[in-house]
Amino acid sequence: MSLSNNEINEMYLDVLKELGNIGTGNAVSALAMMIGRKINMKVPVVKMVKLQEVPEILGGAEIPVVGILLNVEGDIEGFIMFVMSQASAHLLVNMLVGTTLNGYSEFTDIEKSALMEIGNILAGAYLTALSSLTGFKMIQSVPQLAEDMAGAILSFPAIQFGGTGDTALYIETEIFEESSKIIADFFLIPTIESYQKMLKALGVA
Amino acid sequence: MMEIIKVGMADLNVTTYPNALTTLGLGSCVGVCIYDTKTKAIGMIHIMLPYSWGVKNNTNPAKFADTGIPLLIEKMEELGVAKKNMVAKLAGGAQMFEVTRSEFMNIGKRNVEAAKKVLQDLGISIVAEDTGGNYGRTIIFYSEDGRLEIKTIGKGTKTI
Repeated sequence: MSLSNNEINEMYLDVLKELGNIGTGNAVSALAMMIGRKINMKVPVVKMVKLQEVPEILGGAEIPVVGILLNVEGDIEGFIMFVMSQASAHLLVNMLVGTTLNGYSEFTDIEKSALMEIGNILAGAYLTALSSLTGFKMIQSVPQLAEDMAGAILSFPAIQFGGTGDTALYIETEIFEESSKIIADFFLIPTIESYQKMLKALGVA
Repeated sequence: MMEIIKVGMADLNVTTYPNALTTLGLGSCVGVCIYDTKTKAIGMIHIMLPYSWGVKNNTNPAKFADTGIPLLIEKMEELGVAKKNMVAKLAGGAQMFEVTRSEFMNIGKRNVEAAKKVLQDLGISIVAEDTGGNYGRTIIFYSEDGRLEIKTIGKGTKTI
C-alpha cells in the first residue's frame, strides 16, 4: 500500500483525535499528581495543516517558543514534539516549581529540566495510549529542548512531514489550572513505514 | 514606497526595486536569495529539503533545492535578468535539535550543501552566506543594493 499524509482520511483523523484525548487525559492526570492541583483540559483539536501554515500555528513565525523533542523507537519509530509559547512554558514551570517568574527571560537550567520532565511525562502518556490501542511497543528517548522563533522550531516537524506530503498532523491541547491557560501543540511524526503500521493496527487501512 | 513581500515556507517570489523580500523564522530550511545589482531585480526561495527524487507527492517544486532554485532563476529571467549577472546569498540551514536518528541527521547542513551544488551547476556564484549554527533566522533582502539583513533571537542582527 502506498500512502502519503495528504491522503489521510476523516476516519483516521477521528481515531487520532480519540488517541489525542486519551493521551492528553493521561498526561493531565500525571501532571496534576506532580503539582498536586486540579487541572482541566479541553478536547484536543486534531487536524492536517498545510506546511506553509505550520510556522503561523503559534501566532507568527517570529514568536519565541519552546520546543521539546523526543525520539521514539521500537515497533513504531519517529519523533514526538511539543511546542508552547514562551508564556505557556513559563506558566507550566511556575505550576511545577511553585514560583512566579517575572518577564520572559531565558529559562534557567533547572527550569529547562522541569520542562523536559514535562515533555517526558506528556510523551509517555501519549505513547502509553497509543501502545494500549495498537499493542505496539515504543520506547522514548531523553528529551531535547530548544528555545527560538516559532518558524525555526516548527520547521522540524514540517521538514519531517515534508518528505511525505504537503501537510502535517497537528494536535493542539489546552490545559487549564484555575486562571492559567496553557496551550501546547503536539506533533506526532512517525516514519512512513510506522505510519502505515499504525493505520493498519488502528483498523483504518 | 518600498513594500516588503513575504515568502512562506516552501515558497518563492521575485520583485523589483524598490521592494524587499523577507522570510520569517528560518530554522533548518535555507533561504536562497538571488539578485542583479544592474537591474535591481531580486528573488528569494525558502527551501525545506535538498532533493525531490524519491519523495512522494513532490507537487510543490519550491520545497526542494533541486527543483526550486532553477524555477526561481526562470522567474528572475522573466524579469529580464541575464543568468550571467545573477549572484546568490544564502542563510539558514541551522540544526535546531541534536537529532540522533541517522536518516534525519542534520537536514540543515544537507539543505545548504544541496543549494550550493544546484547554484554551482547553474553557474551562479555565492557572494555571501550565513548558515549553520543552532538558532533561527529572519531574513530581509533589499533590492536597493542586494544587502541581506539577518535577525536572530538573542544573537543580534547582521547584514551580509
